[in-house]
Amino acid sequence: MIVAERKPLEEIKEMIAGYKRILIVGCGTCVTICWAGGEKEVGILSSQLRLAFGKDGNELLTSEVTIERQCEREMVEELRDKVQEVEAILSLGCGAGVQTIAEVFEETPVYPALNTKFVGMPEREGVWVETCRACGDCLLGETGGICPVVRCAKGLLNGPCGGTKRGKCEVDPEKDCAWTLIYRRLEKQGRLDLMRKYYPPRNFQAVTRPGKVEALQA
Amino acid sequence: MKAGTSLEKVLESGKFAVTAEVGPPRGTAASVIQRKGELLRPYCDALNVTDNQTAIVRMSSVSGCVLLKQLGVDPVMQMVCRDRNRIAIQSDILGAVALGIGNILCLSGDYQSFGDHPTAKGVFDLDSIQLIQLLSQMRDEKKFLSGENISGEVPLFIGAAENPYADPFEYRVLRLAKKVKAGADFIQTQAIFDVGKFAKWMEMVTERGLDKEVHILAGIIPIRAVGMARYMRDKVPGVSVPDGIVTRMEDAKEAREEGLKISLEIIEQIMDIPGVHGIHIMAVNWEDIVPAIVEKAGLLPRPLI
Repeated sequence: MIVAERKPLEEIKEMIAGYKRILIVGCGTCVTICWAGGEKEVGILSSQLRLAFGKDGNELLTSEVTIERQCEREMVEELRDKVQEVEAILSLGCGAGVQTIAEVFEETPVYPALNTKFVGMPEREGVWVETCRACGDCLLGETGGICPVVRCAKGLLNGPCGGTKRGKCEVDPEKDCAWTLIYRRLEKQGRLDLMRKYYPPRNFQAVTRPGKVEALQA
Repeated sequence: MKAGTSLEKVLESGKFAVTAEVGPPRGTAASVIQRKGELLRPYCDALNVTDNQTAIVRMSSVSGCVLLKQLGVDPVMQMVCRDRNRIAIQSDILGAVALGIGNILCLSGDYQSFGDHPTAKGVFDLDSIQLIQLLSQMRDEKKFLSGENISGEVPLFIGAAENPYADPFEYRVLRLAKKVKAGADFIQTQAIFDVGKFAKWMEMVTERGLDKEVHILAGIIPIRAVGMARYMRDKVPGVSVPDGIVTRMEDAKEAREEGLKISLEIIEQIMDIPGVHGIHIMAVNWEDIVPAIVEKAGLLPRPLI
C-alpha cells in the first residue's frame, strides 16, 4: 500500500491561511490503513485547524468527507456539490489522490495535508516500512522475496557493501541490512549460489518516468 | 601488463607493495596535495587520492591524481558510485586515462547522509562490482557499457576494496571472488586491527586460490589518539577495532607512539600471512607518520621501477 504521513499542523495552517470555507477530504484506502488520511484523521485535523484559526481570531468553516478512493475520478466526482460551497480543498489523500481531485475540480485550489512517503507494509502496530520502489523490473524471485533496490540504502544489486555490521545497515543501525537478510533467506532455501551471480546495471527505462501502464486486455 | 603503472609492476614482480592514502583539501590549494606527494613519494609505490571520502566535498580525485603525477608519483584514482551515473563514470575514466592515470579503485562510496550535504541525492546507478565489470569491459573489449566502441586504448589496473570484517563473514570471500571475476586486479582492504580474523579470511582466500588471481593489500590505519580508536570502534562504518586496542591506547603515555607501535605490530603479523601482497596505509590527517611506519616496518628502500 501507499504510505503517507501528515504534514505538521503549522505547515497546513499556513497553506490554507486566508480561506474561510474549506472542504477536507479523506481517503478510505491506503492512507486510512496507515493512520494518515482516513475519516478519523480528517476529523482530528478539522478540529485542530478550527481551533488554531480561532486562536488567531480567524474563522474557518470546514466540511469533512471521506471517500473510498481519491485516485478514482468517478469517486471524486461525487464531491461536486460540496466543492461548490468552498474556496479550497484540503486533501488527506496520497499524491495521486490530490492530483485526481485537482484534475476533476480544476477551478478550485487543492492543498495536500499529507506527505506521501513510499509503497510499503506494516512492520508492527503503527510502524510502516518501505518495501517496493516501483522500479518496474522486479527481481524478488532471485533475492528470497526481499527487495535490495529499496531495502538496501544504496540499492546495491551484487551483495552487501562493506559497511554492514551485525546484520544492520551502516546508514541507519536501526535498520536491517537487506543483503544480510537476503543471504540468510537464500541460505534457508538452499539457494546460496544466487549470491555468486553477477547482476548487471539496472535498466532505469523499465519505467519511463512519468510511468504509464496499459492493461494487456485493453 | 595491463596499464604498466608502478603499482602494477611492483605487484607483478612479486614484491611487497606499499601504498598510502592522500586526502585532498576542502579547497583549491594544489600545494596540499603536492606537500603530501613529496613527503610520501620515497616511501610508497603508489598513492591513492580519495573521492569525497565520508561524503564530504573535497577537491576531485582526478585533479589530485594529476597533481601527484606531475611529481612523478603513481596515483590511484578512487572512484565512488555515489556521485555519478554510468555516463559520467565512463566519461571520467576516458579523461583519467588521457591524463595518464592508470590505477582506479572502484568503491560504492560512503552514504551521503554521513557527509556535509546529507540532503543530496545518492546516485548509485552502478554498484562497485558493476563498476569493476564496466572498467574491465572498457579495457579488454574497448567497449562502453552500451556496447559501442571506444576509440583508443583504455589501459587500466583495476582495484577494489574488501572488508573482511563485514557481515555475513562467510560471504565476504564469495564477494571477493565476485569482484575478482568482474575483473579486479588488486584489492585494498578495510583497516586491519583484528589480525586473527583477517588471517582466517586470508585462509579462505588462499584456499580458493584467489590470492593467485588478485593482489591483496592489507589496510592499515595508524591510530593517533584514544578518541580516534573509540570513534572508529563505535562510529565508523565498516571498521572493526577490538576493545584490546582501545585499552592499549587508553593506557598509553604517548598516544601517537602507541599508535605507531600498534601499526607496526599489525604489519609484522600481516607480512607473515600467506597471500598478502602489500599494505595500504590510510593515515587520515596524519600522513606525516607514513615515512616512519614504512621505515620501521623494514619496507625501505622501495623497489625502483
